[in-house]
Amino acid sequence: MSVLSLRQVSKSYRKYPNELARIAAWLGWRSRKIQTLNVLKPISFDVLAGESVAIVGQNGAGKSTLLKMIVGTLNPSSGSIHVHGKVAAILELGMGFNPDFTGRQNAMHGLALMGYNAEQIEAVLPELEAFAEIGDYFDQPLRVYSSGMQMRVAFAVATAFRPDLLIVDEALSVGDAYFQHKSFERIKQFQQMGTSLLLVSHDKTAIQTVCNRALLLANGQIIREGRPDEIMDYYNALIAEKENSQLSQKTMTNGQTQTYSGTGEVQILSVQLLSDMQQPLEVVRVNQSLQLRVKVKVKHAIPQLVLGYALKDRLGQVVFGTNTWHTQQVIQHLQPDEEIEYTISFTANLGEGSYAVVVALTDSETHLTANYAWLERAWVFEVVNTDKPVFEGLLWQESHIQIQRDIP
Amino acid sequence: MIKALFHYRYFILSSIKNDFKARFARSKLGSIWLIIHPLAMVLVYALVLSELIQVKFPGVAIDNAYPIYLIAGILAWFMFSETLLRSLNLFIDNANLLKKLAFPKAVLPIILLGNVLLQSLLLLGAILVVFAFLGHFPGIQILWLPLLFLVTLLLGFSIGLILGILNVFMRDIGQIVPIILNFLFWLTPIVYTLTIIPETYRHWFTYNPMTHLVGAFQDVLLYNRAVDMSVLGILLALALSLLIVGAFLFKQAKAEMLDQL
Repeated sequence: MSVLSLRQVSKSYRKYPNELARIAAWLGWRSRKIQTLNVLKPISFDVLAGESVAIVGQNGAGKSTLLKMIVGTLNPSSGSIHVHGKVAAILELGMGFNPDFTGRQNAMHGLALMGYNAEQIEAVLPELEAFAEIGDYFDQPLRVYSSGMQMRVAFAVATAFRPDLLIVDEALSVGDAYFQHKSFERIKQFQQMGTSLLLVSHDKTAIQTVCNRALLLANGQIIREGRPDEIMDYYNALIAEKENSQLSQKTMTNGQTQTYSGTGEVQILSVQLLSDMQQPLEVVRVNQSLQLRVKVKVKHAIPQLVLGYALKDRLGQVVFGTNTWHTQQVIQHLQPDEEIEYTISFTANLGEGSYAVVVALTDSETHLTANYAWLERAWVFEVVNTDKPVFEGLLWQESHIQIQRDIP
Repeated sequence: MIKALFHYRYFILSSIKNDFKARFARSKLGSIWLIIHPLAMVLVYALVLSELIQVKFPGVAIDNAYPIYLIAGILAWFMFSETLLRSLNLFIDNANLLKKLAFPKAVLPIILLGNVLLQSLLLLGAILVVFAFLGHFPGIQILWLPLLFLVTLLLGFSIGLILGILNVFMRDIGQIVPIILNFLFWLTPIVYTLTIIPETYRHWFTYNPMTHLVGAFQDVLLYNRAVDMSVLGILLALALSLLIVGAFLFKQAKAEMLDQL
């Protein structure tokens, strides 16, 4: 069952030559000089019960407009939006709060604004107060609060009741680290209890740990939809995309997607993960010695070249990454048709699971000044534990446990 | 819509209460200030104008007729102008709420009218006390007041709603309306009586709806006369038709208003 369904929802703004033309238009007389500005092209998607969907996109892609239409503060220009169940939105925390009232008064007023009645508010207030954890300040005027304390109350109010659909707009970073953790826990808890989530964020970690689907919005359209890690890869590549740059995604034999982008002055010829015996490896033992071999070819003369690589876990989080800028091995004055082979030796100090290698060719320590080539999922491998005692986590480390036992 | 409003009843009540408290949150006298302002205005006019303008109340055997006349007019004017000015900025003042939260929009005018009504009732209470000091006790005709209040609130709100919608797009309106209201105050027989106006100009004043509305308040509170039903009927019809125009404009402009705020 879908909690939210959008069908051909679009948003456009009208630009009037002057205000009189606007008023004339309300009365039914439309001037020909009225321009229409399309912010969102027709969009359709569904959010199923219990599903968590991320919306990613650059500033101005239309994310906030989309959310506002779902929440109901903006009216779509065309199409229909159906919401089944209760919606709560954390678009901006602390709406309608008054600095002269106490935290308790503001909380009650804020809940009333969400449409709850006196008994419901009375019932939830003790729990809300406990969640905010601001002690006696709860009964003091808001103007004596620190901004973090205000945020705590605001978040506690916004999530006092479990909704069927929770919409969160980049509000996950609330207050100090402790409360951030706590608010994140609460969202996850709602999720487990069956709340669907619609999340707009630039925070890759949050998206990949919370969401099971992502939509990429650009220029008012959904240009891609899929697993959060794939979409984030594509999105990052999109950010790095410059003029004359090509961006492509191809599906590999194992059903996963490889994202290639870059301006193309240097090309990645091949990426291989090899054993000491120079055998390509797709299954790696814990603590095995490995070599990552990257072959590149220079197409156009460039002043300098940096190779970066990283290992990412199943959720797309970087486990380890560095580049030849940091290791002070930048190559200077590259000529066309020159071929370079990098061999990186390392040990698989990794926990069991699936990992992917990312390779990037740039001119400095970031890909923001020049991005010659960028290959996500250049090599995917599985780490298995065959000869070590059972352990958990992303990291393998030799550990020795000493036990001293005194029996009286 | 009625159902949605009922659902939000707690918010409406809480807002009226909060709005009231917020205005005087850190003042010692609190809501007494609400009464002090209009009464101070009465005092100024009573002291200054009763000497300058020799207002005559022929055929009225009431002591202190002028201050009572003045107070009756100012009560009407206060309700009307307060409602109008607040409605004028209704959407701009609540821009953040309108943009960020989904709730029935109709709660905003209800809160506004509730606030003005509460304020007016407090003022009325104070006025009756002042009247008692002046040795004047309004008669049975005071029972007209609820109807007069309703017409005043409606008239102020419907004009304010139309101007308030336009004000979102043309902010000049928000600046010019208070000036126009100031002129209108002096063009309405509140501090003077129609009798001091030369006969030849007097008919112009009848085109001003406020002349009739203020007149009705004076009838009830000073002269203890019944209100002219036909005049009240016309005022009510005017208020309702303006309200319909305002509601139509709101329906047409709603989407663009949210985009613009």
